[in-house]
Amino acid sequence: MADLTTEFVGIKSPNPFWLASAPPTDKEYNVRRAFEAGWGGVVWKTLGEAGPPIVNVNGPRYGAIWGADRRLLGLNNIELITDRPLEVNLREIKAVKRDYPDRAMVVSLMVPCEEDAWKAILPLVEETGADGVELNFGCPHGMSERGMGSAVGQVPEYIEMVTRWVKQNTRMPCIVKLTPNITDIRKPAMAAHAGGADAVSLINTINSITSVDLDLFAPEPTIDGKGAHGGYCGPAVKPIALNMVAEIARTPETRGLPISGIGGVTTWKDAAEFMALGAGNVQVCTAAMTYGFKIVQEMISGLSQYLDEKGLNSTADLVGRAVPNISDWQHLNLNYVTKARINQDLCISCGRCFAACEDTSHQAIAMSEDRVFTVKDDECVACNLCVNVCPVEDCITMEELAAGAVDERTGRPVATEHGDWTTHPNNPAVRQAAE
Amino acid sequence: MDARALKEGIVSGRLDADALDAGFADLHAPLSDHEALVAADRCYFCHDAPCITACPTEIDIPLFIRQIATGTPEAAAKTILTQNIMGGMCARVCPTETLCEEACVREAAEGEPVQIGRLQRYATDTLMAQGVHPFSRAASTGKRIAVVGAGPAGLACAHRLAMHGNDVVVFDARPKAGGLNEYGIAAYKSTEDFAAREVDWLLQIGGIEIRNNMALGRDVAMAALQDEYDAVFLGMGLGGVNALTAPGADKEGVLDAVNFIADLRQATDLSTLPVGRDVVVIGGGMTAVDAAVQSKLLGALNVTIVYRRGRDRMNASVWEQDLAAAKGVRIITNASPVAVHGNGAVREIEFEFTDDDLNPTGQTFRLAADQVFKAIGQTLNGDDLPDLDGRKIAVTGPGRTSITGVWAGGDCAAGGEDLTVTAVAEGRDAAEDIHAALMRA
Repeated sequence: MADLTTEFVGIKSPNPFWLASAPPTDKEYNVRRAFEAGWGGVVWKTLGEAGPPIVNVNGPRYGAIWGADRRLLGLNNIELITDRPLEVNLREIKAVKRDYPDRAMVVSLMVPCEEDAWKAILPLVEETGADGVELNFGCPHGMSERGMGSAVGQVPEYIEMVTRWVKQNTRMPCIVKLTPNITDIRKPAMAAHAGGADAVSLINTINSITSVDLDLFAPEPTIDGKGAHGGYCGPAVKPIALNMVAEIARTPETRGLPISGIGGVTTWKDAAEFMALGAGNVQVCTAAMTYGFKIVQEMISGLSQYLDEKGLNSTADLVGRAVPNISDWQHLNLNYVTKARINQDLCISCGRCFAACEDTSHQAIAMSEDRVFTVKDDECVACNLCVNVCPVEDCITMEELAAGAVDERTGRPVATEHGDWTTHPNNPAVRQAAE
Repeated sequence: MDARALKEGIVSGRLDADALDAGFADLHAPLSDHEALVAADRCYFCHDAPCITACPTEIDIPLFIRQIATGTPEAAAKTILTQNIMGGMCARVCPTETLCEEACVREAAEGEPVQIGRLQRYATDTLMAQGVHPFSRAASTGKRIAVVGAGPAGLACAHRLAMHGNDVVVFDARPKAGGLNEYGIAAYKSTEDFAAREVDWLLQIGGIEIRNNMALGRDVAMAALQDEYDAVFLGMGLGGVNALTAPGADKEGVLDAVNFIADLRQATDLSTLPVGRDVVVIGGGMTAVDAAVQSKLLGALNVTIVYRRGRDRMNASVWEQDLAAAKGVRIITNASPVAVHGNGAVREIEFEFTDDDLNPTGQTFRLAADQVFKAIGQTLNGDDLPDLDGRKIAVTGPGRTSITGVWAGGDCAAGGEDLTVTAVAEGRDAAEDIHAALMRA
């Protein structure tokens, strides 16, 4: 059986599944239960500086969107960092780490953008025996209004500055947690790298309004008739998170910078995808908040089975395997031609492929009197929409045309060699060079 | 065993009140809000959906299900009722397993169709519970139409005519409107007086007058109707029942299933309704199943349906046959009654096995019977009717008969399956044709 032991920025954990800094890791009681359930590590819910504790709203903190059977698809929160006294959290962190020395214990921090504030808190964390710190530059609501969280994460110079302070004032590994509420994730990642960060973790939550109460005309969650944007997470954000992880993994300036993948990890498969795109481990929150800590058992068994099936010995063998295949559009092979193929034995004649293609795409599917649906190769551009809307798995597939075969749509034979936009005759840049 | 269950003869009170309540409870309990959302989510919103084609009233099923899924069951109800004003009853009694749900692509995919019937009921129940009638009448045309029969065909016709601004008088032989919805459907399919409530709701359109206890030929004549009204629609169903020709068929305890079913529906206290210990139902349609199952639910010890042809020829759907079996009804096929035995009252009924072409095989058997229900078909009653096609009124297109100005639909008209939903479609389509004809005149 594959070994799931993971080493991330020098921190060992029995598996790559950590609980992200969030409500599940806010106190000793929860974290002990998480470790008993099998989680490899936790990032303790963000600590702020000493002094009067944080105050939270006393109405709803979460909003959600659901599928028809109330399957939670996306969660939004307006909760702030820990609202418990600093000394209580520190005492509990120390106690838990003492009892679970084999688990990763990383402490999330958010204090004002002043070096003294960081200098003050870092020794206190170090004293607990924690394995590392995560700098919360991602929280997009509440704290950002006070110049912390994503307000820092949106300014690369601040990220670099604070990261440097941290590295100068502690021996602990430093993970910088990034906000997705920016235009180019590479810039804050580069800043963290430049500041000496040992790793980045991403994504934090996305600015969001989950829904609008159409009776109150107020955003949800609604507090006394008003709402503020929250941070969106859960399965719905995974594609956004995957892309951001991939961008950092493949960009020359940040390539090799360890990444802790966060954003909608719900199953072992999600975790494997993040890891294939370069994440050294993953952090989970919404799935645990939805189903409880026990889900980690499925994550462990699933990832282990997958690694075995692929003949991979450890998680390290999986990390980054998909990175070489992340490309720019301009390098995609325009000579790769596929056509949709409908398996008539599997087809249930719902006609969704026809409606989608006829109404919104390329009129490339024919419908007979007796509801037999067939692809018109001379119209099919292989957009894949029919595959995506078909309710039957593997009923419609994309079949590659062999080199030399004639593409009925263009009337031209499929070329053997790779040909992309950079060399395409319609590309103005290419034409200019030829002139 | 309880002595009441073993008691011979046709007696009441075989079961206590709790057992009766449980047996006659809603066959398909209504969906809760959440169940409806989950059920609606299974609909694929097919292009040119096969379920629509399979529905005799062509309800836009994917649209109404999407309207449920998006939290607007009232809009869903209007989608349904626009096509089928008795969408509420049809949701309860349609053999969906041979109509929309059989055509559902998820039936093809998984053998588990979208629960169209129950979703339809969810939508229509929601709207009716709000007391809303979503249609209004057009300006008066000054035309008056006589409708004979206040069953599904007649009421669907009357509603559509009234909506177009015509005045309608409906004549019905029974003391209550509703036709087979009121008198001819198993009680567990129309609970809480639904048929009557649906009629009241339907009449909210206005412009419809119902005259009860007025039978065609007895209390009102064809000629008078033609004379007095701008058009006539015949939707009186089949008032007579086929006779059982076997010797002894006149013995006490040999009864018409339709009357038994009607008595059941009109009973206010089922514990007072008598039923035999050994009940035999002759026939193979819905009426046979309804009579057999309800006999069992009233406490009959042995209930047997005997049908002269094979299972595949039974008009009752497989689902209905399975329902009967689940309730403990035995089904014997390929057997015809040859004699009813007994001294005054029936004690046994003798059958002969037949082959698939109804040829006798010479092999006979007897079943103990203190009550025999005949469910062997119904016949058209009436004088001065338009030309017949076989034993029913011949129609062309949307219910036009051989007499100008007279239309027909529902069970009394030839063609189509004798289903509530078919009757509604025929009544509706005839109304459109009548209205168009009157507007041309």
